[in-house]
Amino acid sequence: MSATPGTEPFLERAPLELRDWFVRLLPEPLQWLTHHLITIVAILAVFGLFFAFTTVAERKLLARVQNRLGPNRSGLPKFSILPWHLKHKLFGLTQPFADAIKALTKEDIVPAEADKFLHFLAPVIVVAFSLMTFAVLPFGRHLIPVELDSALLYFFAAGSATELAIFMAGWSSRNKYSLLSAMRALAQLISYELPLILSVVPVILVTGTLSTQAIVLAQGSWTFGFLPHWFVFTPWGFAGFLIFLVSALAESNRSPFDLPEAESELIAGHLTEYSGFKYALFFMAEYFGLTALSGLGVTIFLGGWQAPCEFLQFIPSYLWFMMKLVLMIVFFIWLRGTLLRLRIDQLTRLSWKFLVPLALINLVNGGFWALTADCSGPLQIARIAVSFSVIVIPFFVMGRSLSTGFAPRTYRYAP
Amino acid sequence: MLGSGIINGLIVTAKNFAGSYYDPKRMVTQQYPEEPAKIPENYRNFPFLVTENATDPMGTLRCVACQICEKECPPQCIIIEKSKDKKPDATGKMQLYPAVFGIDTSVCMSCQICVEVCPFDAIKMDQVFEIAATNRFEGLFLDREKLAKPNSYYHQIHPTEAAEVDARLTAEREAAAEKAKAAAAAKAAAAEVTRGSRPVSPSSTGQETSATPAPNPASAAAPAPSPMAKPLDEPRRSSPSEDGPTTSNS
Repeated sequence: MSATPGTEPFLERAPLELRDWFVRLLPEPLQWLTHHLITIVAILAVFGLFFAFTTVAERKLLARVQNRLGPNRSGLPKFSILPWHLKHKLFGLTQPFADAIKALTKEDIVPAEADKFLHFLAPVIVVAFSLMTFAVLPFGRHLIPVELDSALLYFFAAGSATELAIFMAGWSSRNKYSLLSAMRALAQLISYELPLILSVVPVILVTGTLSTQAIVLAQGSWTFGFLPHWFVFTPWGFAGFLIFLVSALAESNRSPFDLPEAESELIAGHLTEYSGFKYALFFMAEYFGLTALSGLGVTIFLGGWQAPCEFLQFIPSYLWFMMKLVLMIVFFIWLRGTLLRLRIDQLTRLSWKFLVPLALINLVNGGFWALTADCSGPLQIARIAVSFSVIVIPFFVMGRSLSTGFAPRTYRYAP
Repeated sequence: MLGSGIINGLIVTAKNFAGSYYDPKRMVTQQYPEEPAKIPENYRNFPFLVTENATDPMGTLRCVACQICEKECPPQCIIIEKSKDKKPDATGKMQLYPAVFGIDTSVCMSCQICVEVCPFDAIKMDQVFEIAATNRFEGLFLDREKLAKPNSYYHQIHPTEAAEVDARLTAEREAAAEKAKAAAAAKAAAAEVTRGSRPVSPSSTGQETSATPAPNPASAAAPAPSPMAKPLDEPRRSSPSEDGPTTSNS
């Protein structure tokens, strides 16, 4: 944990104080273990609940986008001791718990010819690795589970390991369609791993560190007290953020890149032979991956736990982080309600012919920004203009070449 | 520009999202069990028996147990037993009434043929759809107590049709009353003329008085063609007891 000045407001330090108070109740040999167990339990509880309510928020937002009501029936169970369980449906907010009970009580079918051990191991690994990525995200000024110097490397290493689990799932099912889908999923994930990491490299160039906490601290100042110095407000940062968004969508198998598990076209891709709670675990891992990648995007581009204005610092930093995280998730849900699914060739073409070159150019752009760090006055404006044109001109040129031959469709007979 | 389509799409979905909160035209969902389902007026299923008076439903059934609907019903889900006695109907005439009138809704296919053949406007289509029962025999068999519903209910569910039926019925009743009055006057005049020549026998006057009100108000003045009371087609009038499989074999 970082330094703890005593002048900070109590709320900022409240989670740490609570943990330390509990740890001090225990005898000395247990304290180290308890200290870390509490961190793990806190992450599991907070992001478990976050996952649960993300699913219900997603269903409700998508429903509203499609002019429906969404789940609003589930209230409290009949045997609830609360007196108002009969009248209140709680806007369907208890839906995820009903879903969890349903998934737990469903029959778990394992194919007779499947590799039973790997078939069981795949969902466990996918959840484990997607949870491991939360370890290096700075949730608040003092709330970072593990402060690593090479946090970004660790994050991408752990995040890429889920691809192993996906192939494990496809292979162990002993179903040729599962295997084919797993290979497709792998092709997609590896394609988008590259722009994802390349979009982050400029940040590393500019800040000169791999530590997530240091990256957040580097964004912690304001011009005139209300213009935050987040990297998303620099030309290279904005481009990097967009590339990061697209790649994060593809990495977490979200629409419009949800080809691996295209429920309306394929059965469920590599999850064909999974049912019950194992399927729910894959589902959970997908949302954990999305949350972790959103958290990383918030950390390296949106200023992490920093307040957007100087006078808003009285709000605890972890709340700022959660607010930005929720905004990112809502934006992803909004995109899901808007965009159509890509074809596999369009998907790989977008990655290799557009995002990777753009990310490489952006890398040069980030290098330029790092070299001209001590500019000031009119030179500062020239620096921004150069950086802006370096990324926008290739965007237009490549976008034009990518969309040649794709004219807007003309309808000859329809009005 | 690359990406402008995505931004346009995002605007469209955002409009839909915001519109779903304040524009009731966008949200067509009916919260059915809490809010009653909105049924269009022309929706109809499962017949019911019209009664004139809500306070005395069994005494004021329009049905006179003529059994036309029972014979016409394609799945034969109607069962009628005529009464032994006669009771005055809404206009005060003595009529038979159904001692038993039952519809098996597990068999009924809501074809509306019973409604179309009824010359008395006594059976009409209902708008019930919450007819789930725990017992498929007793629960789905509606006897005449369950079938009888007042005319005001008919007005409530099918206002246009009920107004039309009511107008026709009052016109027919008035015409019948006038005709009866005219017939009575003619009879009285004829009796006046023939009084001098021969004495009137008590038996013939009894026949005449019973014969005049015998035709019911609808059929007495029934020449007006109405969509509700169409003439029955002849080939279908043969009773099921004559050419049914049980009797034809013997």
